[in-house]
Amino acid sequence: MALVGRSVPRADGRAKVAGTARYVDDLTRPGVLFGGTLRSPMARGRLHGIRRDPAFDWAGVTVVTAEDVPVNVVALIEEDQPVLASDEVRHAHEPIALVAAEDPVRLARALRALTPEIEPLPPVLTVADALARKAQIHGPDNVFATYRISKGDAAGAIASSPIRLKGRYRTPHQEQLYIEPQGMLAFWDAGGAHLVGSLQCPFYVHKGVKRTFSLDDDHVDVTQAVTGGGFGGKEEYPTLLALHALLLAKKSGRPVKMIYGRQEDIEATTKRHPCEVTIESGCDREGNLSAVSIRILMDGGAYVTLTPVVLSRAALHAAGAYRWEHAAIEAVAVATNTPPNGAFRGFGAPQTIWAIERHMDRIARELSADPLELREKNLLRVGDTTPTGQFLKESVGVQRCVEEARKASGWDKKRAALGAGAPARPVSALPRRTAPGGSAPRKARGIGASVFLHGAGFTGSGERRLKGCVAIDMLRGSSGKKPIFRIRTASTDIGQGTETVFRQIAAEALWVSMDRVEFATPSTSVVPDSGPTVASRTVMIVGSIVERAARDLFARTEHERQKRGGSFDDAALRLLAGKESVVSEKTYETPEDLVWDDEKYRGDAYPVFAWGCDIAEVEVDLDTFETTVLGFWSVADVGKAIHPLLCKGQIEGGTLQAIGWALNEKLVVKDGRILNARMANYIVPTSLDAPRFTTVLVEDPYSRGPGGGAKGIGELPMDGGAPAIAAAIEHATGIVRDDLPLLPEDLFAARRTAM
Amino acid sequence: MRIAFVLNGRKRTLDAPPLARLLDLLRGPLGLTGTKEGCGEGECGSCTVLLDGVPVNACLVAAGQCDGRTVLTVEGLGVKDGLSDLQDAFVKEGGAQCGICTPGFLMAAHALLTANPQPGEGEIRESIAGNICRCTGYQRIVESIRHAVKERASRESG
Repeated sequence: MALVGRSVPRADGRAKVAGTARYVDDLTRPGVLFGGTLRSPMARGRLHGIRRDPAFDWAGVTVVTAEDVPVNVVALIEEDQPVLASDEVRHAHEPIALVAAEDPVRLARALRALTPEIEPLPPVLTVADALARKAQIHGPDNVFATYRISKGDAAGAIASSPIRLKGRYRTPHQEQLYIEPQGMLAFWDAGGAHLVGSLQCPFYVHKGVKRTFSLDDDHVDVTQAVTGGGFGGKEEYPTLLALHALLLAKKSGRPVKMIYGRQEDIEATTKRHPCEVTIESGCDREGNLSAVSIRILMDGGAYVTLTPVVLSRAALHAAGAYRWEHAAIEAVAVATNTPPNGAFRGFGAPQTIWAIERHMDRIARELSADPLELREKNLLRVGDTTPTGQFLKESVGVQRCVEEARKASGWDKKRAALGAGAPARPVSALPRRTAPGGSAPRKARGIGASVFLHGAGFTGSGERRLKGCVAIDMLRGSSGKKPIFRIRTASTDIGQGTETVFRQIAAEALWVSMDRVEFATPSTSVVPDSGPTVASRTVMIVGSIVERAARDLFARTEHERQKRGGSFDDAALRLLAGKESVVSEKTYETPEDLVWDDEKYRGDAYPVFAWGCDIAEVEVDLDTFETTVLGFWSVADVGKAIHPLLCKGQIEGGTLQAIGWALNEKLVVKDGRILNARMANYIVPTSLDAPRFTTVLVEDPYSRGPGGGAKGIGELPMDGGAPAIAAAIEHATGIVRDDLPLLPEDLFAARRTAM
Repeated sequence: MRIAFVLNGRKRTLDAPPLARLLDLLRGPLGLTGTKEGCGEGECGSCTVLLDGVPVNACLVAAGQCDGRTVLTVEGLGVKDGLSDLQDAFVKEGGAQCGICTPGFLMAAHALLTANPQPGEGEIRESIAGNICRCTGYQRIVESIRHAVKERASRESG
């Protein structure tokens, strides 16, 4: 019975629809206290102290300040971020003190009875100010990281190209807006520190707790509760929250639960990095691309967190899905006095893919070429090399993605029916505004496309350094006659379906039914470190380790069966005789032929890429400038879909996040503070805003992917949505937007500027 | 204040401040944590329950308002031998991903199907427009509801 490729019911589905799945806020412990955070009201200042209102009854209230923190650093890439600010505050909403009380009402009152005494310092709020060193806030030059990628002679080749074009493309913050806010439950006992929380990466939290409290591996236990969405927002941030909850639990001697309110969650936690990308390109008059020069500027916020890694991924995706003989890419991330930006699905790539895709439309406009034809002409193929010199050996299904998307969307017909679009219809030619109460609303239709790629797994030598590990136990099972299997991995299911897909992979390799394969709750005391649940690596990288461990157990059992006869189960029981379990533990083996040079930023940036083509059809109201997405076609080369329904669910969900980034979402930031930190005014798409998606899976297998060739696809769908929408709006109205978002007021402003 | 109401088919009486949120009563003293809190201001719909059959945000309903009325939560959706057909459809058709919004969507969809057993896609989308899902892009949720509609129709005609 083939399990891989079948859309079986998801393993955690029953509990989720019955309301019995336990998220962190559904858990409690006897004597639990409620924890909260006192935060900085300003972007930068010198912290002189915290005043406690003497009129408040402090009995039973625990207050923690920087002095209570054993080692006051959050252990991530660098140790620049304190657990609690001690001398200086570096961004608005930075944690200054922690409070725990018997109930949420008393907690809120206690927090109001604390006043931080901060002497304001001039903040650095923009990338330009950071580069101009208006104030020195990080290192000698306010720069977090710089990367350079070079192939051939980009400057020379651009200079000698017949068509030279330059553009600047900007993207703003984006909030992950997982529907379950951040939350953590902490307690201490003789065994050490215990945490249960909403999180993606148990071992990131584990590492942070060990460092701050100087504990060894065995005295920290981090367990994932059922997690209500993450999208990167629960990659690095939960470490900070875990430390806070543990500090309160330690000082109070009681369990402490911290659950963020929505406003606090939006104000204080990480966002997608704002980014500005300048692109200069050279091509011939037929649209054959030759050279590109790209400069990326990213706002990292107040602390390093994961910024260098985000920046790196931005740089590695900046040239898009195209062949360039010459490429020069420079990427710089700076510090500002704003809440730290961090992981969000796509991890830098959506910012640079936006830029290169808008630039491709610019070239098409200049050449009066069909935007999809221009792209097709220049697509990467097997045998081509990327800007880092990576030779593409296999699984480059992008050509098929474009063909399928063109066909499914009816591109040729619609493009012909609607006209060539922008060049033929300059903005000034738009009809004048109709009088109120006049004729029916005037609407314009358009269709646009994007083509994109996303590297699966950690960048460069990341997987080689990480050595992800997975264990599968063979156990006797409750009947004692049919052995069962248990997968132990740190890969968390945060909605994407890890638990189901891993069980499919293991059951298939073991030749058993899925109900004989269990998935252990990710807890650092139980599971080995498979690495974090990030970077589109779960199915492709960790799934391949699951497959190897399962095959190993199968082979060992089969060997026993051949030697001494009986059924598979008989043989398994013989292996289990006198033992609790038979375990297969496997570590990821980076393919020998993958070579990466961290110094020169050259080589195989990723084991393989997933590819995609998005086509959007929109209607723009020419009076209100509201955009309606009439249709959306996503075609993705996923290598092999282990669970087609879950795979499509990832693509549709990711695509709607991208459409929301384009059409609905807009964080308003002033003086380093977010002004619309509520769901009432940070607007994400509803079921009425979302289009009907047509999702097509292309399978160009990756030879090392599990289940016959699966690639990582978690982030891919975040890359193409926004540029496809912008292209469609441009086709409909002639309004060219190089910056996100594309809200009615943005389109209206762009139209007026253009006139 | 003494509040008496019918919760998931059972009469319940409890003492609560009249302005306590229904959400807190459900999740606290009543122990029904299937109803979730996502925003606390009636925007996300994760706390949707049915009050006399009408979907409401339990974070915006005062306990006193429930006196003498009926409340249905996700825990009351199941049938004797397990999941309701609607719940089952969400499992089969990919309507639940992270699952935190799922109880709210189920309640909104249940109210729709009770009032209108044969809704079209537009009516389905309209009925769940007060519920935010950040995972699915809504398509699998709409498909799950359509699936339940089709199953019911074929059961009735068969």
